[in-house]
Amino acid sequence: MELGPYLILGLLEGLVTAAVLSLMALGLSLVFGVMRVVNVAHGEFFMVGAVLAWIIANAVDSHPAVNFLAALLLAPPATALLAAIADRLVLKRVAYDPERTIVATIGLLYIIQQVTLMTYGPDARPVEAPFNHRLSIPFVEWTESGMALYWPWGLGTTSYKLAVIGAAVLLLGAIWLLMTRTRIGLVMRATQLDSEMARAFAIPVDRVYAAVFGLGAGLAALAGVLIVPIQQAHYLMGHDPLLLSFIVVIIGGLGSLPGTVVAALLIGISDGMISVFFTPTLAKIIATLGVAFVLIFRPQGLFGRKGL
Amino acid sequence: MSVFFGSDLRKSWTLHIGVIMLLFALQFILPAYHHGNLARIMVLTCYAMGYNILFGYTGLLSLGHALFFASGMYGMSLTVQHLGWSAGPALLAGLVAGFAVALAIGLLALRTAGVAFMIVTLMFAQAGYLAALYFGEYTRGDEGFVIQQSFRQLAGINLADPTNRYFAALILFAICVFVSLRVVQAGFGRVLVAIRENEERTRMLGYDIHRHKLAAVVLSGTMSAAAGAAYGLLFGYAGATFASVQYSIFPLLWVLLGGAGTILGPFVGTLFMFYLIDLSSGLTTAYMLIAGFALVMLTLFAPQGLVGELRRRALRWLP
Amino acid sequence: MTKSTEKPAADNAVKRPDRRKALKTLAATSALAAAASSMPLFGRYGQVHSSEPIKIGFQVHRTGIGAAYGRWYDRTTKAAVKKINDEGGINGRPVEIVAEDDGTDPKRGAEVVEKMATQHGCDIAFGTLFSHVVIGSAPRAGELKIPYFVVSEGHHVASGMLNRYTLQPGITDVKSQVQAMAPFVNSTLGKKVTMIYPDFAFGHDHRDYFSAAVAAQGGEVVAKVAIPPTETSFTKYFPKIPRNTDVIYHVMVGPAVLTFVKEMGEFFGNSRPEIFGFIDSLEAVDLASPGLEFLEGTYFWEGNPRYAQANQSDYDKAYRKAVGVDANGASVSDPKDVSTYAHMFGCWETLHIVKAGMEASGYAGAGDRAKLIEAVESMTSMPHSYAHPQGAKEFNGKTHQTFGHQYITRVENGRLVLAHTTSIEDTYYPDETDYTKQSF
Repeated sequence: MELGPYLILGLLEGLVTAAVLSLMALGLSLVFGVMRVVNVAHGEFFMVGAVLAWIIANAVDSHPAVNFLAALLLAPPATALLAAIADRLVLKRVAYDPERTIVATIGLLYIIQQVTLMTYGPDARPVEAPFNHRLSIPFVEWTESGMALYWPWGLGTTSYKLAVIGAAVLLLGAIWLLMTRTRIGLVMRATQLDSEMARAFAIPVDRVYAAVFGLGAGLAALAGVLIVPIQQAHYLMGHDPLLLSFIVVIIGGLGSLPGTVVAALLIGISDGMISVFFTPTLAKIIATLGVAFVLIFRPQGLFGRKGL
Repeated sequence: MSVFFGSDLRKSWTLHIGVIMLLFALQFILPAYHHGNLARIMVLTCYAMGYNILFGYTGLLSLGHALFFASGMYGMSLTVQHLGWSAGPALLAGLVAGFAVALAIGLLALRTAGVAFMIVTLMFAQAGYLAALYFGEYTRGDEGFVIQQSFRQLAGINLADPTNRYFAALILFAICVFVSLRVVQAGFGRVLVAIRENEERTRMLGYDIHRHKLAAVVLSGTMSAAAGAAYGLLFGYAGATFASVQYSIFPLLWVLLGGAGTILGPFVGTLFMFYLIDLSSGLTTAYMLIAGFALVMLTLFAPQGLVGELRRRALRWLP
Repeated sequence: MTKSTEKPAADNAVKRPDRRKALKTLAATSALAAAASSMPLFGRYGQVHSSEPIKIGFQVHRTGIGAAYGRWYDRTTKAAVKKINDEGGINGRPVEIVAEDDGTDPKRGAEVVEKMATQHGCDIAFGTLFSHVVIGSAPRAGELKIPYFVVSEGHHVASGMLNRYTLQPGITDVKSQVQAMAPFVNSTLGKKVTMIYPDFAFGHDHRDYFSAAVAAQGGEVVAKVAIPPTETSFTKYFPKIPRNTDVIYHVMVGPAVLTFVKEMGEFFGNSRPEIFGFIDSLEAVDLASPGLEFLEGTYFWEGNPRYAQANQSDYDKAYRKAVGVDANGASVSDPKDVSTYAHMFGCWETLHIVKAGMEASGYAGAGDRAKLIEAVESMTSMPHSYAHPQGAKEFNGKTHQTFGHQYITRVENGRLVLAHTTSIEDTYYPDETDYTKQSF
């Protein structure tokens, strides 16, 4: 494939990755930003979202679009509830101490993974997309009569993938509205800036934390539901997205939602584009070192404030 | 934190030498199975002890220590496999590899702090893992390769023999305990703790923070590499699995469970996790569930780790 | 314990059992046992060996990336043991399986082998699939001097990397499989091949062996597309496939495989080259899954054809019944639970070989482990039988590796239909080692 169309393909694929990654990283950023804790089990909420989507879609068992809609509406809140319970039972009791939270969430990770293995099993299972049409994408070429469109072999995407990108944009916008225009968002941001002060103003910080933890997990689960028709639901699928989400959050800058989105875009798209040029493993090495060096020379990330 | 007055010093040395003597004595009475396990545990404890120096004493949380462990393992095993070196020089090669990598990582990563430091170390470790896969022609990637029994001889002693292996592990363990104790008791160790507790104040007192942190990273990395080289030599296998993320999480887990900032904590933590998994896998196939619950329980009720709680509640002089 | 000593007529044909038995000091008793076991309807005979069970340590991937295979390895093993015990056990002793999860991790694998040998007192260890676990565990098995029968398909056994205690007599290795595919691919599908494989050892083996075999056939590998191990989306790699490719050879493994096939279908649409894949991609996956329609008309290597074929042997029928698998290769109790049919037969056949070896050597306890290995090393031809339902085998005692027929099937109307069976000779390659020269 010529370079132009190949880059477009990489870009499109990268956008899908970025879309899902931004949702998941946003969840992590909220938890990180407001509660100041590292949730090692965040990837598992992503996995639970995907697995629940399969369970719900199978249970509803009618037209794929209906199955998927049911999964989309039910799986994220269920996961959010699970997370909120975990927060109340465990994280609150360790007073959100950073180290203890890491150990506790590692424990949660093992528990969630093992329960999924015992119930859902070790297989990777697909969920049918609500709709999936192959779309060929044109590219321009120069002919004797000027610029003309042609359809390069293999350059295409699917309607579902485009829908995922669109859904992510909508959801990100919705979260942004929530955080900046609603009272709930205000309360969350206040708690993030200064939890002591927030408590002094009679904000129920504990309940805010549970809600934030739940919201973070819900976003991860949402990402899982969106991706499951493209990938499959598998009990170990949370591992890699977790690493990527952390990278996105730190690169974007702690506590900065726009930063998270920009970083997700950058990382998602570069993931698609770099493999055009380099052998995959080398590409990943370069990307990984790139992240490290960005942080070394700009530790606050792209949008973070120094000394946060 | 404990302050080292004369009798405390004597008590801590007695304790640690006692533990080593106990392990020595156990060699003669333990049944074969636990004997083999303990050899493994002692080597992995050295990894945890290396991690503890950076995390427990200096307060720097690294998520990429598998890079150091793997550097030692590959430094040792690649020289044996491809250059035909014998065990002694190969071990040294592993140590040097670990030292060099730790120095490089320290110089780069210490420009960051806190969560950025965590991610940077994680990234370097991931890059190392991918490099082990990329150079699969030499490393056989994730499959790994066997270090044949004939190469595993040190000064004529066959390290594949269980007794010799146990003693080799015990010697490494003793050296690491000794080094850790000396570091902790000396001024250097106390500055590390001061950095952990309040970096700004330590800086104002005139200490070169960066030099101390760098030294801590290098010491920590070299000790972890020693464990990696030893593990490969004693157990005969080198593979990229040991460079993967979970092998960076393990020492964190072992140290937190056993007690960060204590000398014996890493040993207790490693021992505990090993037998927790081993015993519960005999009861159920869902042993990771039990491990998960145990972790949650421990962090709820024994937040300083097993040895740390012991120190907090009773033996305040424990280093 | 009253056990029938009747054996099905077409059982293992083990060469030279009499000579082996003559070596034993308990010649008289072993001759009695041999005589008894070869006589039908003998009923209970004198218990010259203890009725202590023979303990087989089963190193199984219950968790981790190999868990989907581990489940079926477990079921097949249980079925094989039940069959063996129903037929009188081994040397009159019942077989007991002691299973330990290795988490598909090489460090844990070695620990588990140690546990089986020293704590459980197992006679042998058996059953590992993933190569890195085998390589991580084999040194320990060698040190502990416990026979380690792996069911892994890896070339590591025959390469000489391991030790005399490690054997793979029940399943063929990837080098012989890949090599045997080249003639069919080049003559039937096309000369220009693009290979798509995971960028780690397993994939590299395919890349190297197949490239060599194709070149020997006069074909050409026009592109080699390596994919990172944990990749979850593949569309961006497909443009690397040259337009002039006749056939795509793919061997993707892992949970993302369905995505791979789906996206390949989305990329090519209706104009695709010939496609040849290894069923490893779709083990435990239902061919009727949405998105796999694209595979219609494509070809697969199958270690053992998942769907019952027109020429299904009685042995395959009986084997499916014993394991609980229907004619579509799925569980009889859940048609959606598809088995790892191309690999799990290795457990069944290996256990039968263990039985044959123990009986040939008069295995009585751990002191006879070396004799057991020597007995297995002396095995050569294993005919197609109920004990070897996948097909006849030729075992190479020097390299500890078995060779057998390889099957190529084609997806027709959502089922895999046999298109070609290789000869065993197609799969041979020169010996790379001789374990029999090593001492115990």
